[in-house]
Amino acid sequence: MWNYSEKVKEHFFSPRNAKPVEQANATGDVGSIACGDALSLTLKVNPSNETIEDAGFQTFGCGSAIASSSALTEMIIGRTLDEALKLTNQDIADYLDGLPPEKMHCSVMGMEALHAAIADYRGEELEDDHEEGELICKCFAIDDVMIKKVVQQNGLSSLEDVIHYTKAGGACATCHEKIEWVLSECLQESAKAPELVSELPAVDPDQPLSIVAKVRLVEQALEKIRPQLQADGGDVQLNDIDDDMVFVTLTGACSGCGFSHATLAMIEDAVSKVLGQAVTVYPTALGSSAAASEQEAS
Amino acid sequence: MSEAKPVYLDNNATTQVAVPVLEAMLPFISEYYGNPSSIHGFGAPVAAALEKAREQVQQFLGAEHSTEIVFTSCATEASNTAILSALEAYPDRKEIITSTVEHPATLDLCKQLERKGYTVHWIGVNNKGRLDMLAFQEALSERVAVISLMWANNETGSLFPIRGLAEQAKEYDVLFHCDAVQVAGKMPIQLSGSGIDMLSISGHKFHGPKGVGALYLRRGLKYRPLFRGGHQERGRRAGTENVAGIVGLGKAAELAQQAIEQDTARIRLLRDRLEMGLLARVPFSVVTGNPQQRVPNTSNVAFEYVEGESILLMLNQYGIAASSGSACTSGSLEPSHVMKAMDVPYTAAHGAIRFSLSRYTTDEDIDRVLEVLPEIISRLRLMSPYWDAAKGEPKEQQFQPQYA
Repeated sequence: MWNYSEKVKEHFFSPRNAKPVEQANATGDVGSIACGDALSLTLKVNPSNETIEDAGFQTFGCGSAIASSSALTEMIIGRTLDEALKLTNQDIADYLDGLPPEKMHCSVMGMEALHAAIADYRGEELEDDHEEGELICKCFAIDDVMIKKVVQQNGLSSLEDVIHYTKAGGACATCHEKIEWVLSECLQESAKAPELVSELPAVDPDQPLSIVAKVRLVEQALEKIRPQLQADGGDVQLNDIDDDMVFVTLTGACSGCGFSHATLAMIEDAVSKVLGQAVTVYPTALGSSAAASEQEAS
Repeated sequence: MSEAKPVYLDNNATTQVAVPVLEAMLPFISEYYGNPSSIHGFGAPVAAALEKAREQVQQFLGAEHSTEIVFTSCATEASNTAILSALEAYPDRKEIITSTVEHPATLDLCKQLERKGYTVHWIGVNNKGRLDMLAFQEALSERVAVISLMWANNETGSLFPIRGLAEQAKEYDVLFHCDAVQVAGKMPIQLSGSGIDMLSISGHKFHGPKGVGALYLRRGLKYRPLFRGGHQERGRRAGTENVAGIVGLGKAAELAQQAIEQDTARIRLLRDRLEMGLLARVPFSVVTGNPQQRVPNTSNVAFEYVEGESILLMLNQYGIAASSGSACTSGSLEPSHVMKAMDVPYTAAHGAIRFSLSRYTTDEDIDRVLEVLPEIISRLRLMSPYWDAAKGEPKEQQFQPQYA
């Protein structure tokens, strides 16, 4: 059941900085007792150089929530606020040698606490973009509220659309049935909504596409996927198309992300759909192409 | 893991296979490999073993006839079969009555049937886990095809008054299915003369093997099988029988019947000592469910302001196994549906720990838990934002995180 790394266990059984910081000048209280996770992060920031001199946490939560909080404090002590803000939840997970997919939200909570504490220090308002609903996709921590919102905003109508737009169901696929339930609920609600016209031109399978047409279609497909990648701090770039092989580069947070295989599968699916043929998507390093990698190999 | 003998208090999840059960099963994995449906000499002793097991289960359940017992792969299969059979046998009846605290085997099936257009009456419980009897009576009508209720709740051990409920169902000729998984082996069951039409049990909850269950079908009942195929189980459950499992289930039933008489009082005493000891040693802890009406082996204690998975991880360090209604152990975010149905506050629901004993539980096991658990709760509370470490009590002004 508990597939925790040694590092997670170590931080859980011997947590660092599990205390409220004395004379703290920044506090970030986040989480939700309904969901069984709550974290209070306190910081002592040196006003002259904005360096975090001390950090402490108090956490109500599971083993990985406590370990993530502990790791976070270790990672930010001694850093400036701007440096700390560059940390991502993936950095916390990496620091702990990874977290089980269902527990990634614990690292997200750590991030949220940090952002809330820094906003508190700077006297800024933190935008509350947190939605609570029934957790549908455990791999990517996506709930029904989020799926409904995206379905309605984009007029989605199929399971594949939902996977492409939200990533929900993009990895282990066990929630596909649940996504379909949410989807059918949405479709019932918007039964009178105008029918969606496909933006993509119909592809005649017998008519071979010119390379220019192919590139245009693939770029269009990538354009649809791009917003969700960018929302996670990543991006994708088309490098080359060679018959049924499409070469792309995942950049930003997408490069090296543990879920990049799922992202590639999603791209492959979308590209195959617009081209009307099954293609394989290959990840390549920036700037390289099929021809270039062949040359390197020889 | 500590060096001390492990303490297993998770017997509502599964139990240790009793040695005589294993011994009874082994020959049917090795030498007696015949198909019980075969006419020849290889099949005959195997078929006889199945019938012996059927009689053992009949005795165990107090059923009138051994043919009323159908072997299945598990209680989930048995419960699904029972509910779906009733709907198919009475196609004009489009309603189902069940409760909000059922096991997923019933809960998720009924949710799915709701999506398919059936009306499901979800009967709620009060904060002690007692069924809302008024709502139950109001839901009863000739439009209901089947009632499916659990006898004892798996998380709290709380009992529903199944016999009375089954009698009430008779007034409207509604089929009554009982999920008796958490009662079997803990309390005597007497089916003949009761109003119960169908009843599901699972072997591994009373020291039998996993992968085998049984469905009781009252004689004369209108029934439609879930699996179609061979004529096994008199056509009521097609598929070659899990012979070794069934033999094990039969033996476990026989042993459990004896044990109920011998061990129940002792188990209850141990459970009560554990529970009272914890309540006395740990402030802000409460028993969930209905302490007056529950199976003798189960205690569910909620430790406020700490989270269940953390408690279990630390208990595991000491070699103690229990379980939690906490969301985090199951990978979902919400606390257990049973705690929610009883309106247990979130600060307590997430810290609910279930201890479930068996006839193998010893005095030393209980001492060990009483020795280490209070310290674990103190340690975790020191880390909790809901706890005032200086005063040793919950914060006066309750912690209010953003997004809460």
